[in-house]
Amino acid sequence: MNKLNFLQPDKNNLSTYLYTGVFLVALSIFIVFLNSFFNKDLISFLPGTISFFLPLILGFIGLHLIRIDYSGMKFLDKVNKNINTNNFNAFLSLLIIFVIIKSLPPLLSWFIIDANIAGDSKDVCTGSGACWTYIKIWFNRFMYGMYPNAEQWRINLSFIALAFLGTIGFFATEKFKKYLTLYYVVVYPVIAFFFIFFFISGGPIFFDFSYGIIAAVISIIIGFFIPSKFKMYYFIIVPITLYILLKYVFFYEELIELGKLEALEWVETGAWGGLSLTFIVSFFCLIFCFPIGLFLSLGRRSDFPIIKYFSIGMIEFWRGVPLITVLFMSSVMFPMFLPEDMFIDKLVRVIIAISLFEAAYVAEVIRGGLQALPRGQYDAAKSLGMGYWKMHILVILPQALKLVIPGIANTFLALVKDTPLIFVVGLLEIVGMLNLAKTNPEWLGFAMEGYVFASVLFFIICYAMSKYSYNLEQKYKTER
Amino acid sequence: MSDKIIQISEMNKWFGDFQVLKNINLEVEKNKKIVVCGPSGSGKSTLIRCINRLEEHQQGSIIVDGNELTEDTKDIEKIRAEVGMVFQQFNLFPHLSILDNCTLAPIWVKKMPKKEAEDLALQHLEKVQIADQANKYPGQLSGGQQQRCAIARALCMEPKIMLFDEPTSALDPEMIKEVLDAMVNLAKAGMTMIVVTHEMGFAKEVADEVIFMDEGMIVERAETKEFFANPKSDRTKLFLSQIL
Repeated sequence: MNKLNFLQPDKNNLSTYLYTGVFLVALSIFIVFLNSFFNKDLISFLPGTISFFLPLILGFIGLHLIRIDYSGMKFLDKVNKNINTNNFNAFLSLLIIFVIIKSLPPLLSWFIIDANIAGDSKDVCTGSGACWTYIKIWFNRFMYGMYPNAEQWRINLSFIALAFLGTIGFFATEKFKKYLTLYYVVVYPVIAFFFIFFFISGGPIFFDFSYGIIAAVISIIIGFFIPSKFKMYYFIIVPITLYILLKYVFFYEELIELGKLEALEWVETGAWGGLSLTFIVSFFCLIFCFPIGLFLSLGRRSDFPIIKYFSIGMIEFWRGVPLITVLFMSSVMFPMFLPEDMFIDKLVRVIIAISLFEAAYVAEVIRGGLQALPRGQYDAAKSLGMGYWKMHILVILPQALKLVIPGIANTFLALVKDTPLIFVVGLLEIVGMLNLAKTNPEWLGFAMEGYVFASVLFFIICYAMSKYSYNLEQKYKTER
Repeated sequence: MSDKIIQISEMNKWFGDFQVLKNINLEVEKNKKIVVCGPSGSGKSTLIRCINRLEEHQQGSIIVDGNELTEDTKDIEKIRAEVGMVFQQFNLFPHLSILDNCTLAPIWVKKMPKKEAEDLALQHLEKVQIADQANKYPGQLSGGQQQRCAIARALCMEPKIMLFDEPTSALDPEMIKEVLDAMVNLAKAGMTMIVVTHEMGFAKEVADEVIFMDEGMIVERAETKEFFANPKSDRTKLFLSQIL
């Protein structure tokens, strides 16, 4: 047997070192585990400071002993390579493991073990843990704000329909693939707008929307039987004719006025709220701020002084003011400049304000990408006879936008997390509803649960967006 | 109309206060191959970049295929489409495959049907012997292959004139030959070419005339044999003695 040198473990006495090391590490983790989960202190007989540090010291020695290069054991090599490369890293790894073990029991007990979810009043929340009953009771409000309970199916239906329409890209056949960008950039937002404007908002205007849908569906179904030669004329003429027929002949306005046809109840935007409002605001702001930002970034690099200085002015102005004042202005100051009989909905004003605000940031991010491109790309595009727009659309922007996907994702995430600020104009999205609920006299003292709930929701949304942006990056990667 | 496809007269150009091109007079006839050489900083690249107006000149006139290049030239794109250019740094579009690099401009600028453009592109890629790489991206190709693709890309626009801006300067010695071969073939096919290069072997093989530039001026212009056999100016002699 070779001589054991505990200061320098080597391969020759692999098993000795390994057993001792693993035993020490396991022991240290066991001590912390017992202490943390069962409140039993195995080493309480030792003086305070030593008993506090003993697990760390034991684990540290253990990790030192199992740090054997090229031991031939796959798992051991992996552990050594990833968490145990030197003394300092071993120390950090141990510390992190202990902190996790230490913090698990209180978290678990607050979230699950001592938490309550049964019942429907605050009286059931007797434990020391979270009161999920509160979230359960207020769930509707958190999702839909002040939207009337009986009408909430409209929001659900719209969102489900939009989600379904959004996944169309996965089912598109090769033939329609080239229209997908057009669909997502132009058609989809328009459909979404119609859904929200006519369906969620409701009111008599809802009829126009339903006629449109009926006309579209009928003409698409019949369209399958029309020879392709006439298709273009068909799709221009028939839907419009159907729409006009429906509006003025079949369901003429007298029927509506007589009450034989009932529209969806009108719900003003002030009553919208909760998570659904978060989605609506974020969705439209994302859609609007991107093209505006794109044009501002191109404008800032333009040769025409008017366009250039207008863009610079816009960007610097919107970047220079805080979002909260922009929102405040949009609701308080802006209407003063409008003619008296003109009225623009609060929600629309908010969406415009946030879009312009974020567009300035998007513009600067995109400009970064434009500047990163070598001049040769411009030269090559020009030398092939491309004009300004062709050059930008075909050559410059695809590359520049690819470069700035992380930056744009950053801005978009910030936008989503900025939406709670719309409370200053009285629109209550999820965090706003939460603030409202926590001041309800019957439900005082549950702010914590509410904020945890909102954080989880925001995390899910933002993490999904960040994952998506990462996938985009990978998808468009063509170098090497 | 004469068969002079490029006419440059009394052309001057400044970068700020610095005069890069001084009093350039140059006429190029159809199907002629012209090699421009000279020390770095002598304005060779700027000269040919002026020919398709990637740089603007401040004085004098440049007439390309009967169209004068001025500030108000509305359809500069049309003229550029007639003039192919190959760059020192290849400048392929990295986000597009080799085939798409070649078909992009014919489809969008010349409004050629996609199928036709692809056939044409494959034909030209075949000529420069990289048709088998058509579906790869530029980043996956060697420098020589990229430069040959750049030549094919320019040819796909079916230009009347080809400009080469030091096409082999950024390449490994081994790859220079494959690019030069492609250019020699192109020259033999009768293309009008203006080539800025330091490859004197290439000049001797294909050039009809050689132009020597120094300090923004055309110092000497002569038939190829004449140029190498007995250069007139001292500056040219010095340059040739160093480069050969």
